[in-house]
Amino acid sequence: MKPAAFDYQAPTTVEEVVALLGRHGGEARLLAGGQTLVPMMNFRLATPAIVVDLNRIPELAYIKNDNDVVRIGAMTRQRAVEFSDIVARDLPVLQAAIRMVGHLPTRSRGTIGGSIANADAAAEIPMVLQALGGEVSVRGPSGERRIAAADLIEDAMITSLAEDEVLTEVRFPKMAPGARFAVEEFSRRHGDFAIAAVTVVLEMDKGVCASARIAAAGVSACSRRIAAAEDVLRGRAVDPDSIAAAAAAAADAIEPLDDRNASADYRRHLTRILTGRALQRAAA
Amino acid sequence: MSEVKNDGFVGRSIPRKEDQRLLTGKGQFVADLKLPGMLHAAFVRSQVAHARIKSIDLSRALKAPGVVYAIAGPELAQMLPPVPDTQLSLPRKWTTRVQHKFQNPQQPLLSHDKVRHVGEAVAVILAETRYQAEDAAELVEVDLEPLPAVVDPIAGLTPESAVLHEQYGTNLIGDFVVEKGDVKKALAAAPRRIKRRFHHHRYAGIPMECRGVVGSHDPRTDTMTIWSACQVVHWLKREASTVLNMPEARIRCVALDVGGGFGTKGHVYPEDLVIPFLARAVGRPVKWIEDRFEHFISACHSRDQIHDVEAGFDDDGRLIAFSDNFYVDCGAWNPIGSGIAYNTAVHLPGPYKFDHFFVRSRIVSTNKVANAPYRGAGRPEATFAMERIMDMIAAELGLDPAEVRLRNMIPAAEMPYHLGIPYRDGEMIVYDSGDYPESLRLALEAIGGLDAFRKKQRAARAKGRYLGLGLGCYTEGTGVGPFESATVRIDPTGKIYVAGGSCPQGQGMETIFSQIVADVWKVEPKDVVMSLADTSGVAMGFGTIASRSTVTLSGAIHQASEPLRQKVFSIAANMLECSAGDLELRNGAVGVVGVPGNEVTLSTIAKAARPGWDSARPQGMAAGLEETAYYEPPTVTWAYAAHAALVEVDPDLGRVSIDKYVIVHDCGTVINPMLVDGQIHGGAVQGLGGALLEEMSYDADGQILVGSFMDYLVPGASDMPHLDLVHMHHPSPLNPFGVKGVGEGSAIAPPVAIANAVCDALSHLKLEFNETPIKPEKVVRAIWNARR
Amino acid sequence: MTKLVDIRLTVNGREYQGQCEPRTLLADFLRDHLDLTGTHVGCEHGVCGACTVLFNGEAARSCLMLAVQAEGAKITTIEGLAQGGQFHPVQKAFHENHALQCGFCTPGMLAATIDFLNTNASPNEEEVREALSAVLCRCTGYQNIVKAVLAAAAEMRAAGNAGAQAHV
Repeated sequence: MKPAAFDYQAPTTVEEVVALLGRHGGEARLLAGGQTLVPMMNFRLATPAIVVDLNRIPELAYIKNDNDVVRIGAMTRQRAVEFSDIVARDLPVLQAAIRMVGHLPTRSRGTIGGSIANADAAAEIPMVLQALGGEVSVRGPSGERRIAAADLIEDAMITSLAEDEVLTEVRFPKMAPGARFAVEEFSRRHGDFAIAAVTVVLEMDKGVCASARIAAAGVSACSRRIAAAEDVLRGRAVDPDSIAAAAAAAADAIEPLDDRNASADYRRHLTRILTGRALQRAAA
Repeated sequence: MSEVKNDGFVGRSIPRKEDQRLLTGKGQFVADLKLPGMLHAAFVRSQVAHARIKSIDLSRALKAPGVVYAIAGPELAQMLPPVPDTQLSLPRKWTTRVQHKFQNPQQPLLSHDKVRHVGEAVAVILAETRYQAEDAAELVEVDLEPLPAVVDPIAGLTPESAVLHEQYGTNLIGDFVVEKGDVKKALAAAPRRIKRRFHHHRYAGIPMECRGVVGSHDPRTDTMTIWSACQVVHWLKREASTVLNMPEARIRCVALDVGGGFGTKGHVYPEDLVIPFLARAVGRPVKWIEDRFEHFISACHSRDQIHDVEAGFDDDGRLIAFSDNFYVDCGAWNPIGSGIAYNTAVHLPGPYKFDHFFVRSRIVSTNKVANAPYRGAGRPEATFAMERIMDMIAAELGLDPAEVRLRNMIPAAEMPYHLGIPYRDGEMIVYDSGDYPESLRLALEAIGGLDAFRKKQRAARAKGRYLGLGLGCYTEGTGVGPFESATVRIDPTGKIYVAGGSCPQGQGMETIFSQIVADVWKVEPKDVVMSLADTSGVAMGFGTIASRSTVTLSGAIHQASEPLRQKVFSIAANMLECSAGDLELRNGAVGVVGVPGNEVTLSTIAKAARPGWDSARPQGMAAGLEETAYYEPPTVTWAYAAHAALVEVDPDLGRVSIDKYVIVHDCGTVINPMLVDGQIHGGAVQGLGGALLEEMSYDADGQILVGSFMDYLVPGASDMPHLDLVHMHHPSPLNPFGVKGVGEGSAIAPPVAIANAVCDALSHLKLEFNETPIKPEKVVRAIWNARR
Repeated sequence: MTKLVDIRLTVNGREYQGQCEPRTLLADFLRDHLDLTGTHVGCEHGVCGACTVLFNGEAARSCLMLAVQAEGAKITTIEGLAQGGQFHPVQKAFHENHALQCGFCTPGMLAATIDFLNTNASPNEEEVREALSAVLCRCTGYQNIVKAVLAAAAEMRAAGNAGAQAHV
């Protein structure tokens, strides 16, 4: 379980990264926190000819308060997000979700951008980004562009980034003051990939749901926001009836995976249960 | 001197000697060993379950950077015999008492004719670094002609099944029967009967350190040193002697610090022999460190038995007859022969008294990794069958499962109890000591009382919460022979040197045997120098498997020490000019009883015993203060325990949470309570992992579905409960210190305790969980089916 | 063969220079190049945690880092925890509470525990178990490790040296 040989590049600016990607295209892999790529390389399931290490680019690690969004540099460690005062105040749902990502020693290295660009079906960070309707910045040969969360992840571990683009920043809209939230996750062991996870963010106005944001991970090939479940709640009291209806809508809306970790039936069932529990906890 | 005084070191929770090095990074594991000129090995392993080998092409691999040597199975088979047959030992007393038939296929050191499981090694590369060896291994071209895979042991016995070992014409490689009374008649006459199938699935020891071997040959003396992360260095020496065609006297085997074994490292593997062979062939030391992926597909798995049970009982819930036809899914090879299956057979009766018993075991080869002992070694499967039956009897009669057990248990007044069947050493089984009903009563007390729990359970159920109580009681033969060795020597400094055949992997043996020796010789543990896991310390030894080391090595230490003490007293008497009968051991010296100060130190006595001029030993006495003894236990001594699990089942997620887990056990005299607790904690969590999380699964083509810790779920700290331990102390009458083995016990009961608890939690739905592991989805599906 | 890279780093307060292939894992570099074999390799895919070291003060898997990434870094391994022949409070608690058996996971357990106690000086049992789930142990059933971590936390609080690095 040793990686195959590769050439190693450690650029210090995003421009250099873009140039390297332009030169090597699909031969190159970007190394962010390495918590997914390096195991794949150790198993020789990934054998890139060139590894482009993003860890020497200081400009990519920051957490910034910017009006109604929190901007997080792609190379910001998950651990920095976990202990950030800005995140605790303006994005408590992200903080709660981050604590479910692996373990403290993997969060020391794992990055926000790496998790999103990797787009694992079970990953919590993309799920939260989708729930909050955030966006990412990517840089390529023709400059910078933004991709909305909804358009970012296309399939299991496939994003809409081009081969010569690098994700540079993640922008999370701040949660409204008083917004309620919950993240419910089911995995066989603590810290493992979720078989099912649901994020819920609610804004209430005079006992009625003004806005509901619901996203699920683990259950399908990629995490998704579940508009059908949100629609059920909007304008209604969040009570046992509406919760049950929203949970059922969520379960209906997903396209569940069917594998040896869990059958499609069970994943659909878990989506309903976890959506219900998350809503209940958020509304409590 | 067999008296152990309370003011001694035995019985005290002394922190371990081993910790100093292990806590500071100064331990040495086999992977840490670095020798000048050392090469690194990587194996090429089969990716298919069953196939004929057409050709193996090493030409590209041999040209890869850093590669020094490579060899494939067909070529090696011309040079080396398979792993010798000595791994299968059936004592004569046993073979005359048990009706049996065994075929033992001999595993070649690399496959040469067929591959028989995914992961079987077909070639090996030696290179300057492990990275380069792996690079080259990818360049080996293996041409295989696939054959149908045998993945289900029962289907493997049908005439249309493919056969792994064609020379036998069948996959049935072991078959035996154990019985007493007349089961057929008793079952027919029993007022009530239950018939069920149980499946205890395949899981494994998974030590955190994988296997590893370093071989180094010294051409000057033609001696071979083998360092292996193994539990049985003397066994390895024996096999290496055969395969390498060298006298045992030219072979030294050492296990350094070993990162857990649990039975997985309890026998000799082909790699243990191939690596030293290559070191000699190439003339450079060779190191092979198994990586985790290899470990899953080549280190032995365990459990994996199917039991077809029929039990007869009366209207009071008393067991009358128990019949079990069980199948062991053995995998491609059977390194320990009858060991696991026979353990299963004789541990089925457990702590219960009944007259009619029949068990037939069939060991079936399949295209999977070989099945070998793992902590419990056949006993968890037996306990699963019997303890599920106890709960079923209770359910059928509307009795509490605890009550049914108490009615069937052997009363303390009937101890020692003759079970009426032979153990695997050939001796008829006698439960030597203990109080089984009391262990269960203590367990119920420790969960807060049975009635209180049932009340709480009813109240919770009314609110839609499902609590359950699961019991698991068992007996366990420990300290099995044939023997263990110890050499005890009084060092000229007065320190006591002990070498033994035991071979630890974290049990703390340097500490516990230092405690024992300290009490025997009236010195302090720090004055004891232990040498274990090294064949240069003592020529013959057995090793650390089967919950035996505390029992057998303490016996050997005692047996060696007694004549040595007599000699020490004779010399001291000569020096003090008194009678040996007036002497006692005290504080590292020998003194006249009742006369403080009138004494001579062990150091002085050891110097006096030296050969040469000016000896102070009595006329005619042989020089030196050293004795070697081989302790041959009369038979096993019986430990036992009662486990009680309180769980809550989340009916929506299917998750089983363990609210409380109680273990009441008896391992006789306890040498070091803190270490005994540690053994029990570790075993129980392994058992709970097997019950709920861990699984070696295969698809229909014999492809293994586990290759990483993402697929094989070893329990983590937050998945496991706090364990409550209660100790009973009925010393064993069979050995000098009254000890019973404790290594394996606590892994035996958790699978069935959890299964029983989940069934109890969902008893209103009349659900049965007769297969492990109890996975959340299975629980949810069972509930769906019950409500449908 | 790819060209070798030069690496300078500080391990346990001592500066080292070395050369290796870019693909060399940090765990292998520590063990094979610097002879610091106290760091163990148990799975090489980041799950078991035996290889966990303190990387610039934070626990990290050394099997999931390339050695070249440690250029300029300060690393503490199990060999560097005791000071002046005295156990670190976490080592001491592990010894006194029998929190290790085979010792293979111990380097990872110690690193993960020290990092955790730096972020949470007064943890409860549940938090300790959650933190310890970062490292797999097969021998102890975790019970005595939990006990040891709670004991170490108490001792470090009493000594006033815990929590100093909270909110890193």
